[in-house]
Formats: sequence, structure tokens, C-alpha cells
Amino acid sequence: MTEQTEAINSVPKTKGSRSVVKILLSILNHFVIRRFLFFIFVVWLASTVIFIIPRLSGQDPVKEKLLLEAQRGGAMQTGLDEMAKTYQKRFGLDQPLWVQYRNFIGDLVKLNLGVSIAFFPRTVNDIVFESLMWTLGLMGTVTILAFILGTLAGAFLGWPRRPGWLQYVFMPLLTLSAIPQYLLGMILIFIFAFKLGWLPLFGGYSPASLPSLTFEFVVDVLRHAILPAFAIVFSSIGFWAIGMRGMMINTQGEDYMIQADAKGLKGARIFVRYAVRNALLPQVTGLALVLGTIITGQVLVERVFSYPGVGDILFQAIRLSDFFVIRGIVIVIVLGIALATFLLDVLYPLLDPRIRVRNS
Amino acid sequence: MTEQVSTQIDQEISQGGWGQLKKERLDPIKRYSLRNPSLIVGLALLLGMLFFVGIGHVIYDTEQFRPLSAPTRLGPTLSHEMRDGTTAAFPFGTDTQGRDLLAVAILGTPLTLRIGLIAGAVAITLGTIAAFVAAYYRGFIDGAIRSVVDVGLAMPALLILILVRINIGRELSTDELGIAIGLTSWVFPARTIRSQVLVMREQAYVELSRLSGTSGMGIIFKEMLPNLIPYITASLVGSVAGAILASIGLEAIGLGNLSDPTLGMTIYWNIQFSSITLGMWWWWLPPLAAIVIVFVSLFLISSGLDEWSNPRLRKRV
Repeated sequence: MTEQTEAINSVPKTKGSRSVVKILLSILNHFVIRRFLFFIFVVWLASTVIFIIPRLSGQDPVKEKLLLEAQRGGAMQTGLDEMAKTYQKRFGLDQPLWVQYRNFIGDLVKLNLGVSIAFFPRTVNDIVFESLMWTLGLMGTVTILAFILGTLAGAFLGWPRRPGWLQYVFMPLLTLSAIPQYLLGMILIFIFAFKLGWLPLFGGYSPASLPSLTFEFVVDVLRHAILPAFAIVFSSIGFWAIGMRGMMINTQGEDYMIQADAKGLKGARIFVRYAVRNALLPQVTGLALVLGTIITGQVLVERVFSYPGVGDILFQAIRLSDFFVIRGIVIVIVLGIALATFLLDVLYPLLDPRIRVRNS
Repeated sequence: MTEQVSTQIDQEISQGGWGQLKKERLDPIKRYSLRNPSLIVGLALLLGMLFFVGIGHVIYDTEQFRPLSAPTRLGPTLSHEMRDGTTAAFPFGTDTQGRDLLAVAILGTPLTLRIGLIAGAVAITLGTIAAFVAAYYRGFIDGAIRSVVDVGLAMPALLILILVRINIGRELSTDELGIAIGLTSWVFPARTIRSQVLVMREQAYVELSRLSGTSGMGIIFKEMLPNLIPYITASLVGSVAGAILASIGLEAIGLGNLSDPTLGMTIYWNIQFSSITLGMWWWWLPPLAAIVIVFVSLFLISSGLDEWSNPRLRKRV
């Protein structure tokens, strides 16, 4: 424990910028490179799993989809032969497995996710990245907001000298965190959009307006984002609050807390600089761990709100059994989570002086 | 030891102390429930709901869960005049496809819990085995399992399930759905249980058992597993909750079994027919309430079990 306090005390703000550069360089030498290699490994193994799954079932979703369309007849029929040929050529489905695998990985490296079946000849990249903007915009804001609010709430809840009424906030927070985000979304739609009519019922923007960078459109987009955002924020605040509260309680018995108290520091200072500062770190690790849950939760929230993000596209693709769009979305999400976890891990030493010291 | 206890009980009975015995037996339970209210409240919520569902099974005609077995779009009513002149009661109303929603609620709730239990059992069994193999034998096996787990954590189970389900190309029965979810969600329990086993294998009693020549299997089954049961139970509850969440998600996005009246499928039909904008609150409220009760009770049970399995958490503010 003394080691820890020493480490914290030994990185005061007065240190020159040259030593920071030195520390950063030394981190780069071992830690980041190692972590980056692991990131590549995760992405490779995940894409291999994604490659293997369709081959295990012994069915060809592409052929099945084409057959289905042929049986249905209709507008798609004329393009069938051309499409089949394109796919055979594009993915070399008649070639040996290892060639297919090599092509698949090669395409992935070039970030080429293939061509949509249902929206032929649009590419999957085109479709996914258009919706990804909506998803990232909503998720980025909301996750950061929930993280800050939840951590703050947890910090106060785990502080012995908090105002007494605060403990009554805890139970509702816990209950909210147990409700799936999209169900909370349904309740919010019913109250605020259907009953009160304050906010729009669904969509990312009004059907009548065209996406542009005018003031009206921005307001429109924000109005549409409020309900999905609140659905996610409300149900994830509890998660962060629980974790932070637990860590705050754990700091109570620590030597440095007693020392801070003995030095006669003000309560606010002990709270911010000693308790919260130390309790915060596992929260960041927690963020890396729940990214997957957050994004799948949001996929369903988008479905409930018909929000034009990845979730809505995924639903459309499932309904039209558009295998390549589904696979593309899975790959993009896995890549996103791996990348975010990598970045969090790399930035973590900047937050935690103990690890910074150990690495240098 | 047991002899001692039984003679003690005999003495109490011979002293005419039935009341006293009851008091001594029940008091600890009462005291414990005061100290750990979340476990008791959670169990009470879950059992209470199952109780009502059970009564429903006995006294209500659940065959009307099928579409077209009732008039459509009927609000909750106790006396609806049918076409043939008789009156029928639909206490929970009906949906746009003519399902009796009370029958759907009675059948759907246990069905969803069943998916969760199957998936949770599969996930915990696989996770525990992987955790013990990794943590006990260490070395290369540990490294391999750990990287699989790390990759698994980066791939949301729901997405893998979507890929698998699309490729199977047919609807899964509820039991198959449960097994599939279990197969994709064992990595998290594997990770947490592994770290518990790692701590445990350094403990003195395990060391002692090893020194006295117990085999690896013997140590795992006689020393470690019994001590991990509280922890494993707590993670089982967490896994069940996660599996129910995954199953409802999969069903809500349109990959469930269309003929099953589970809670997730009811949510799916609600989204599909936009029941909220139709003002049919009686359609979405019961499944939503049931899901909320399930999650809140599972959450309370798991935090209650945490308190039981990890006494260090008892340090309260």
C-alpha cells in the first residue's frame, strides 16, 4: 500500500514535459506493441470463427437466398443469373476452402465486406458505414454521459459523509439497471411520444425532411435522439453506480485514506483526490468489458425506435436474409469492440501511475 | 457430530420443546433474511410470479395462445359477447392476430425462464470445466483457453447467435435456443471462475491436500468444487439473467420461433405491429412487466448470493 501512495505522490504535476515523453516512449517499447499484436490476434481469430460458422452448417445462405428469390419471382428474377455469377466469381465459392479463406482474410485486410444481396449492387461497406454514423453518434454521447453520471452517483453513494437522502436513490437506480434498455425504450415511447406527444415516436429524423446541415435538421435529429438516448442512459447509470460504489467502499479502510484524514485535509479534497481518484480506475477497465453488451443493447434499442443505425439495418438484413450485410455488421462490431478495448488498454497507463511506473 | 445434534434435538423434544425447536431453527433464517433482504425479496418476487403462472395453468384455458383463437384487438374485458351469442372473458385482452393475451402470458413466462435455465446450466457447466482445466493444469492449456475466452469476450454472444441462426436456416425450438445461447455464453463464467480457482489453489488446505497425496481430480472434486458452490450458484443466476436477455433480444430482432408464445416473441409481435402507436397498452404491458419482474428478481437474488458467497462485501457504509 505504501508503494502505491509513493507512486501516486511521485508523479506530481510539476514534472517537466521531457520526462513525460520519455515515459511515453518507454511504454511504446513494450506495452503498446504487445497489446497491438494481441489486438491483431483477436481480430484474426474472430474473423476465422465468422468464416467457419457458415461452413459448419453445410448450407449456403447465398444460394438459398437466390433460390428463395427465384421461387418468389418478381423483380429480382431478371438479375438472378448475373448475381449468381458475380457471387461465384467474387467469393470463389467453387474454389478449395483454403483459397476461400485466403480471399476472405485478404478482403478483410482491405476492409472490403462484399456486396449486398438484397440491395444489389450496393456494397456492404456503403450500407454499414452509412448507418454506423448514426449508431456511433448516439452511442458515443450516451455511453460517455451514462459513465459520468453513473460514476458520480456511485461515488456519492459510497461516501460515508454523503447527505442521508441519497441512499433512497440507490434502489431505483439498481432496479433501472436490471431492465433491458429496449424495454425501457418502449415505456419511454409510450409516455413521452404516444401519451404526451412531446417527442417523435420513431426514426432518426422526420420523414419529410432531407438530411442537410441546417439548424432545423440538427434540432430535428436531436429531438429524435432524446428518447433512445435516455433509454440507454437510464438503464446503464445503475451499472456504473454499483461498480463505483463498491470501489469507493473498498477505499474506506485504506491507509492513504486514514493518512489523508490524519493530515486534516478537507472532506471535499479527500473525496476527490484520494477516494474517487483511486476508485475510478477499475471503472475504466469495466468500460472495456461491457462495450459488447452496450452495443448489442443499443442494436435492440435502435430496432425499437426504428433508429436508422446498425441495429435497424441488421433487422432489415435478417428479414431479407441478406447474409453478407449481417456478416459485415458482425465483423464491424467485433472490430470496433476490439479496437476500443485496445485503445482503452493503451490509454490506461496514463490514468494509473502505478502501471506507468512499472512499465518504465 | 450428527449424533450429538440428534441427541440434543431428542432432548428438546422430550422436554416438550417443539416451540423452542421451531424458534431455534427458524430464528437464524429470520435473522439472515433481515441481514440479506435482497435474496429474500428476489426469491419472493420470482416464486410469487411462478405461483400465479402455476395457478393460471390449472384454471385457465391456455390453448387460446394461438393466433385466430379469439376476437382481435380486444381490450381487457370480463364479458365479451362472442358471435355465437355466448360471453367470454379476456382479462388481458387480445392482440391484432387474435391471441388471448392471458394465455400467452401464462405460457410465455415459464417458457422464457426455461430457456434461461437451460442456457445458464450449459454455460456454467462449460465455463466451470474450462475454468478448472485452465487454472489447475496451467501452462499451454491455460494460455489456449484464456485466448479463446478473451476473443469470446470481444464477440458479443448475440451476434454469434444471429450468425449461427441465419446459417442453420430454420427456426430453433425453445430448448435448442437455450442450448445455443449456453454454448455462446460460457466465456464470461469461465473467466470469473478461473480467477477464483487460481486464488483457491494457493490456499493452505489445497496445499495440504496436495502434500497428503490427493490426486488432481480428488483435489478438484473434494476440496475446490464444494468451496466454490456458492460462487458458482451466484454466477449461474447471472448467466440465467444474461441468457434470458439474449433470448429476448434474439426473438425481438426476429430470429425466435414464431409459433412459441415466449415473452420475447410477444415483444417481437408488439414491435412488428407497433402496438404502442395503436394504443394497445394491454398487449405490451404484461410481457414487459413479466420481464422486468424476472430481471429485478434475478438481480436481487444474485446480489443476495454475492453477499452469501463473498463475505467481504458485508462491509457496508
